Amino acid sequence: MTEASSSSRASGLAASTAEIDVSCRLPLLVLFISAAIWLVMASVFGLIASLKFHSPQFLAECPGLTYGRVRPAFTNSLLYGFCVQAGLGVALWLIARLGQTTLAHRWLVSVGAKVWNLGVTVGVIGILFGDSTGFENLELPPYASVLCFLGYLLIGLWGVVTFHQRRERILFASQWFLFAAVFWFPWIFSTANLLLVTFPVRGMTQAVIAWWYSNNLLFVWLSLVGLAAVFYFVPKLTNRELHSHYLALFTFWSLILFASWGGIPNTAAVPAWMPALSTVAIVLTLVPLLAVALNVFQTLKSPGSNAPRDPSLSFVLFGVGAFVLAGLMNIGGALDSTRQLHFTWFVAARTQLHLYGFFVMVMFGAIYYIFPKFSGVEFPYPKLVRVHFWLAALGILAYALPLAIGGILQSVQLQDAKISPVQMVQSSLPFLRASTTGDLLLFAGHLAFLGNVAGLVTRFYRARVTAVYSVATADLFKSAEAKS
Amino acid sequence: MNYGPLLFLAAFFALASSWFGFVLSPQLQIGRLQQTNSVPAGEAYPVARPGLARQGLDVYRANGCAYCHSEQVGQTGIVSDVLLTDAGTNRQALTAALLKVKPQAQPTELLATLPATIEEGLTNKAEADAAAKNLSVGGAKAQVWIRPVGPDIDRGWGKRRSVAEDFLYDYPVMPGSQRIGPDLANVGVRLPDANWHLLHLYAPTNKVPGSAMPPYRYLFEKRRIERARSPNALDLPPELAPESGYEIIPKAEARALVAYLLSLRADTPLFNAPLSAAAPAPPSTNAPPK
Repeated sequence: MTEASSSSRASGLAASTAEIDVSCRLPLLVLFISAAIWLVMASVFGLIASLKFHSPQFLAECPGLTYGRVRPAFTNSLLYGFCVQAGLGVALWLIARLGQTTLAHRWLVSVGAKVWNLGVTVGVIGILFGDSTGFENLELPPYASVLCFLGYLLIGLWGVVTFHQRRERILFASQWFLFAAVFWFPWIFSTANLLLVTFPVRGMTQAVIAWWYSNNLLFVWLSLVGLAAVFYFVPKLTNRELHSHYLALFTFWSLILFASWGGIPNTAAVPAWMPALSTVAIVLTLVPLLAVALNVFQTLKSPGSNAPRDPSLSFVLFGVGAFVLAGLMNIGGALDSTRQLHFTWFVAARTQLHLYGFFVMVMFGAIYYIFPKFSGVEFPYPKLVRVHFWLAALGILAYALPLAIGGILQSVQLQDAKISPVQMVQSSLPFLRASTTGDLLLFAGHLAFLGNVAGLVTRFYRARVTAVYSVATADLFKSAEAKS
Repeated sequence: MNYGPLLFLAAFFALASSWFGFVLSPQLQIGRLQQTNSVPAGEAYPVARPGLARQGLDVYRANGCAYCHSEQVGQTGIVSDVLLTDAGTNRQALTAALLKVKPQAQPTELLATLPATIEEGLTNKAEADAAAKNLSVGGAKAQVWIRPVGPDIDRGWGKRRSVAEDFLYDYPVMPGSQRIGPDLANVGVRLPDANWHLLHLYAPTNKVPGSAMPPYRYLFEKRRIERARSPNALDLPPELAPESGYEIIPKAEARALVAYLLSLRADTPLFNAPLSAAAPAPPSTNAPPK
């Protein structure tokens, strides 16, 4: 870790870790608590959507809970409620910690976090009332997107200012990833909203831009933030140096260059150069994928002190594994010559493995590490953290594995015109129903996570109230003593 | 030297390259797409959907139909068929030509009913053209028919692959990413009956046994029959019918959605998605045939 070794080179004005943690406290409390609540909301929506495959009549009378509205509500609360929010929290802390400076304008950052949450809340309610934009992963209606954008600007701006005010001038690899991510989200989000919703472009261009946005949010933004956390936490939690700083920078360049071009399915009704270019770029993402795997593997293999294994490390390493696996599935899907895999559950399995198996897991690891640091309070149920790890790990496997197998079967059936659509859906139903087990396990894990976060926050505020009370009453007793 | 700004710019352009690639270029290419003409009929395509169908697109969007249904048909290739439409006057020459094109053919049987398919599924268009030319002897007329093939086409989901023109006037464009249900790109041709669609929306399993589609009862309204039964009321089978004295009426949303589904007909032959279709019936006039 460079933090300790290079501290001598830092200027004398570097803030102490305690000061940094205190400066992050308020915005990170808002971001992480809301993220934990959104996660539970998301899994409720996800569970309802999953149960529709057990019985299509389930909650069918209620327009707000029909499959076509619950499913986007699920993806949007997971993406914007948890992923972007938790990612921003972890990013702010890393920017402040690695730059050895306090977070700038924390009040405005926490106001931004609240505006963001208002936006997501309004947006998800809008989707349930049928106001979705109709573009996948950008279903938030325009009035919600404006709020989200403003909230993001308030958070991201002070993230950039904090980065600029850093006392440690030598950049660690994670800072590259974070700095690019902070800039890339407003760009893609505003482009997509302006060109798809405010001033819509014509025809199939809409679909191309929607695919571009969705790919850049899921596979570039989330990868940038997630890998920044991986490159920070893997060395930190194992007490080792990152194997290669330059390999990490190589990952950065290859990722932003190749991954940002993915996303156009080769079935799309667009001129052929677009899917072709996209396929080439997706195959080239093998380069950053292998670089990440190599860097993490070599870091773990390098000699170092064997500290007791932190549960956070399990989350982060699981995330790295899922990142590589989801990336390989993406490449496999792009190379599929039958061109039918794009229409199957295989894609859903791959997306969820990347989104949940990689990003959400890494965020869990990061939050379990960061939260006690900046609040100064330990998690009340440390054993529950391990339980959560197993629930989440088994849950995502039980979710993605049946869907991937069912998807491959579905793609074989799609090629045979003799198999009717009804036969096809009937034969994929067992896989969909099996994945409900995954939904249930994840839901239980999210309750454990929320329980731990809520317990910690209660402890934190109780400690503060006790402190304030003792200070106040100390004065009271002093004056009473003085009188007597 | 401080490389910071230089590196910032490099990262900026690396990320921006995909913006130029997949936002700006598609806008310059397919964003400026204009109405085109069908080939060979020369009719304008596409024409904007009727008003009710446009409202239906909104119902389709609000209820997230695109999460289970795609609207993109694919094809794996194109094959050519050679058809003999007119035997002409010189039977002997035609029989000889026929045997030359297809040595194992039975000329008398083939010529008994016209039009007759002489060659089927030729992957080489030049070969089909040559065969048609050889057959055109003594006033005989042969045609080459172009037929897209692929699992989607065989299933009847479309006549040809979907192209960008099919979506020209739609907002939002929802090509869909999942095929939990069948593809709908051409459903208006495949299932042209509005009543079928209304009943299917009300009770999917009644029309398609084993369907996993949820019923959309909230698009319908149960009403007491006042004087006479409404002409819009659904003709439900006894097990689904409401108690006597009541009727099920589709709401405006349901009618709009069905109008949209019926407007989905991407079967026009285009230059970039060719397809031979039966020529339209000649206009009936008293003019003598040419």
